[in-house]
Amino acid sequence: MRHIISLLMENESGALSRVAGLFSARGYNIESLTVAATEDLTMSRMTIVTSGSDEVIEQIIKQLNKLVDVIKVLDLNDGKYIERELMLVKVKATSAFREEMKRMCDIFRGRIIDVADGSFTIELTGSGTKLDAFIQSLDKTAILETVRTGASGIGRGDRILKI
Amino acid sequence: MDKVSTTTAESSASDKASEKTISEKQYTGAEILIKCLHEEKVKFVFGYPGGAVLFIYDAIFQQDKFKHVLVRHEQAAIHAADAYSRSTGLVGVALVTSGPGATNAVTGIATAYMDSIPIVIISGQVPTYAIGEDAFQECDTVGITRPCVKHNFLVKDVKDIAATIKKAFYVAASGRPGPVLVDIPKDITNQLASFEYPKTVSLRSYNPITKGHAGQIKKALKLITEAKRPMVYTGGGVVLADASPQLAKFIKSLGLPNTSTLMGLGGYPATDKQFLGMLGMHGTYEANMAMQECDVLLAVGARFDDRVIGNPAHFLSRPRTIIHIDIDPSSISKRVKIDVPIVGDVKSVLSDMNDIIAAEKPVQNTAALKDWLKQIESWRSRNCLNFAQSKELIKPQYVVQKLYEVTKGDAFITSDVGQHQMWAAQYYPFDKPRRWINSGGLGTMGVGLPYAMGVQFAHPEAQVACITGEASVQMCIQELSTCKQYHLPIKVITLNNRYMGMVRQWQEFFYGNRYSESYMEALPDFVKLAEAYGHVGIRVESPADVEGALKEAFGPKLKERLVFMDFMTDQTENVFPMIENGKGLSEMILAEDL
Repeated sequence: MRHIISLLMENESGALSRVAGLFSARGYNIESLTVAATEDLTMSRMTIVTSGSDEVIEQIIKQLNKLVDVIKVLDLNDGKYIERELMLVKVKATSAFREEMKRMCDIFRGRIIDVADGSFTIELTGSGTKLDAFIQSLDKTAILETVRTGASGIGRGDRILKI
Repeated sequence: MDKVSTTTAESSASDKASEKTISEKQYTGAEILIKCLHEEKVKFVFGYPGGAVLFIYDAIFQQDKFKHVLVRHEQAAIHAADAYSRSTGLVGVALVTSGPGATNAVTGIATAYMDSIPIVIISGQVPTYAIGEDAFQECDTVGITRPCVKHNFLVKDVKDIAATIKKAFYVAASGRPGPVLVDIPKDITNQLASFEYPKTVSLRSYNPITKGHAGQIKKALKLITEAKRPMVYTGGGVVLADASPQLAKFIKSLGLPNTSTLMGLGGYPATDKQFLGMLGMHGTYEANMAMQECDVLLAVGARFDDRVIGNPAHFLSRPRTIIHIDIDPSSISKRVKIDVPIVGDVKSVLSDMNDIIAAEKPVQNTAALKDWLKQIESWRSRNCLNFAQSKELIKPQYVVQKLYEVTKGDAFITSDVGQHQMWAAQYYPFDKPRRWINSGGLGTMGVGLPYAMGVQFAHPEAQVACITGEASVQMCIQELSTCKQYHLPIKVITLNNRYMGMVRQWQEFFYGNRYSESYMEALPDFVKLAEAYGHVGIRVESPADVEGALKEAFGPKLKERLVFMDFMTDQTENVFPMIENGKGLSEMILAEDL
């Protein structure tokens, strides 16, 4: 099953490779991983999307907690949460397709953030499945380039990951 | 050491120092490092110098509070520091240079990591301004060692040295122990700073749980006392936590049968009747059968690894309730699902259990326990460690038995990895913890001799024997030179069967007797080799000479000398009992079956 794990860790050089190394060394899946400093610059927050049986997920959480630099770990799937991912897509937008592209973009509530001769760059935010759906709905030959950030997640309401 | 540093290589730094009018003394990074080691009451540093650590070695030259032991290969420095820790419980310390010094250390670090041994490794690094430029003797030490250390640090500021060393010792020794590496660039060791050693250390991201959950402890005790077929299975955690007295009290007060992993041997007196011997791939029949057939299993500081329980599916095919005490939450339910987990320090949890037993005197299922112990006795009566003695060929088991007699069972025994290691574990019963020093997790051939060095430094008056094979011992043979330099009276017991014995055994059983590359051709004359290094060599070729030779080696005449004993043993002897890879605990092959 797919799980989203959020964690706080010391914002030190090498901290990211400790987490990435753990996943590769122990053969855990890693679908996406995002990391950036928090409002407290001594800490980084990471969102890891992974998958595995309940036993594997339990081990992943324990192994993450065992890393000396990791401050707190939360499996977002243990409660209600929101996830969002940002995607930038550069699509062909030659005169014949320009209106069609604009319409698709509106349907998915994307924004065109760059317009050039023959291409648009669209910004789209949502769950991973929404971004997938957008890609599916486009003509494959129209896609010039895509870039995705991977999911960021946060608990709903008073589910707060903080020290 | 307590002088104002006059080192001037870094002119800007020394200028700054001279500007300072306040009384705060300035020290070089190297001097600060040495002062930190003094603060940690380090007695031995095992190391090997090189370009990146020259300032540190210069500072070592000017102090005498700890002894530096010069090894002949960095791998041995780590092994010796590791064994120093295994035999004392203190943190071992090693010092290596950058690049090849650090990469040579990796095998030693991984060995300590797999067995959770607290050591601190200081590695030199190229100067900060050269990092990343493929400088001479540069490697990414922090990157290379990351997967095989508990934690590591790269020090980028001389002012951070003291706090980092303090953290390193704290992280290495607390919680589930392990190796911690501190990488220090050369320029940092020559910059100036004031020195203040932190009194305490607190890390918001690292707070190991030591006290077991009271509710879980009560629940566990109830299960154990009400069990019909209780069994205790202990591991290296008992030794690491120095929990032997608490374990013995617990087992005695409830009259429980118990077994131990390779790493836990000595945690409970092996000559006691309630001890069933080692379990696992080469464990005793009675221990493995009791593990498989018990109804309540208490695992203490052990981790259900593949060499211990074999196939987990087969292990779980018998219904039983499992209680697991371990300081590392990730050890719990890793390979086998645990019914009652207790996260905590083994010593603390066992003490709590003993307190409850003393206060509440729980009623046990004594009738059932009596039947269970009777069943165990019938398994024991198969005498699975019996072996056919020979008049012509020296049986390796016989050598270990005689070694036990000659040393009165009171020696520190190190071993390498292979058949001899298993025979040592089977035929030298350890009654005390920290006497059996070997590489269990990583299975590193070559550890035996450097391990013996670390032990002998820690216990200069003790008998230290290294049980090894002719293959393993050659992997760190150069340390005979270190042993000569420091007059270490180690007795090397080589069980020489001219084969990589364990490889040969597997090839015999599972690869149709095709002994691919396991025959040790062109062996050196070990007697002459020992003599060339300045030691005593003794070759023993007949069973009749075994005891006499051992008595001579351990006798008063050779007490001060390293004696390298080359026992020419039966080439075809195998280790039994044996569980094939992927098979279950009760599916043993016994010597009598063949």
